[in-house]
Amino acid sequence: MIKILNTLSVYILPFIITIILCYSLYKKTPAYESFTEGAKEGFNIAIKIIPYLIAIIVCTAIFRASGAINILQNMLKPILDYFNIPIETTILMVTRSLSGSATLGVLSDIINQTGANSYATKLAAVITGSSETTFYVASVYFGAVGIKKFRHALLAGILADIVGIIAAIWICSIFFL
Amino acid sequence: MNYIFIFLILISFICATINNRMDIVVDEMLKSSQRAVEISFALIGIMGFWLGIINIAKKSGLIDIFSKCIKKPLLYIFPDLKENNDALSNIALNISANALGLTNAATPFGIKAMENMQKENKNKQRATNSMCTFLAINTAGFQIVPAVVIAILSAAKMDNPSQIIIPTLIVTSIAFLSALFFVKILERHFK
Repeated sequence: MIKILNTLSVYILPFIITIILCYSLYKKTPAYESFTEGAKEGFNIAIKIIPYLIAIIVCTAIFRASGAINILQNMLKPILDYFNIPIETTILMVTRSLSGSATLGVLSDIINQTGANSYATKLAAVITGSSETTFYVASVYFGAVGIKKFRHALLAGILADIVGIIAAIWICSIFFL
Repeated sequence: MNYIFIFLILISFICATINNRMDIVVDEMLKSSQRAVEISFALIGIMGFWLGIINIAKKSGLIDIFSKCIKKPLLYIFPDLKENNDALSNIALNISANALGLTNAATPFGIKAMENMQKENKNKQRATNSMCTFLAINTAGFQIVPAVVIAILSAAKMDNPSQIIIPTLIVTSIAFLSALFFVKILERHFK
């Protein structure tokens, strides 16, 4: 099963690119010129988002380094125990909305601490796999076009993240406990 | 975003004082700002490549065919984009790339879609309803196969890592639908 999925995911990109190139050949449009013209824009976009990236990445990095999450963990411990939520996974619930690379780091930490077949690992994997980094996406996407008023976008994203975490806890307790 | 920014930084400083970790925090502050620039430089290559490939498809007309197919269902979610074909096709590309777990390929399409929507935006500083909807469903991160997570789990020698696929799919669908629900409910209350 995994083998099939892995092969599929390796072949998806070449497959899409092949279709695009063949269609261009069929329509006789200049593929090389189109490519370089499009690629030029990548530079501008990447430069434009630098200030927003700095803001969000510095915020998350110092938040993680400050140990704020440990304080939160101690406060929440009784509730976590009641719902059968492994305490290690709380870090993940917070970083999940903040930063993608941090989340993968936390997931590896949890695997190291609790073992690859523990309930904590399974819950952490489901949480990681089922959501995207809300603040990162918001600052990059809106930053790239210069939007300053986010309106309800962030709130909706965070509420959905919370629903996602509750759903993960609930579904995992059905599947794995 | 303003308050979140200020709140995160101040909370970090306060907690760092309590935990006596201020030295680590200051060090991390300087290092991470450098990391932000490194990340965006790494993005130049990936962005350039995908925007290049997609421009071939655009010039040959393949994108038009694609957006025609996907237009109907997307218009239910983005009713304001009736006249904005470019935005719709980029949104479709972004969602399909995300669903397949190709996050690197999804980002350029997402930013492109934002640019397309910004063109028709009257107040350039303020996000439109469609932009907020697009962002919210993007942050919900709908994915059919969480390839990266499975790779990590199998590297850690979990027995049968594919057991997380079905639960993850259920959870990500719930998150996706609730993002849509919240964004549509909230859009009336935020001017």
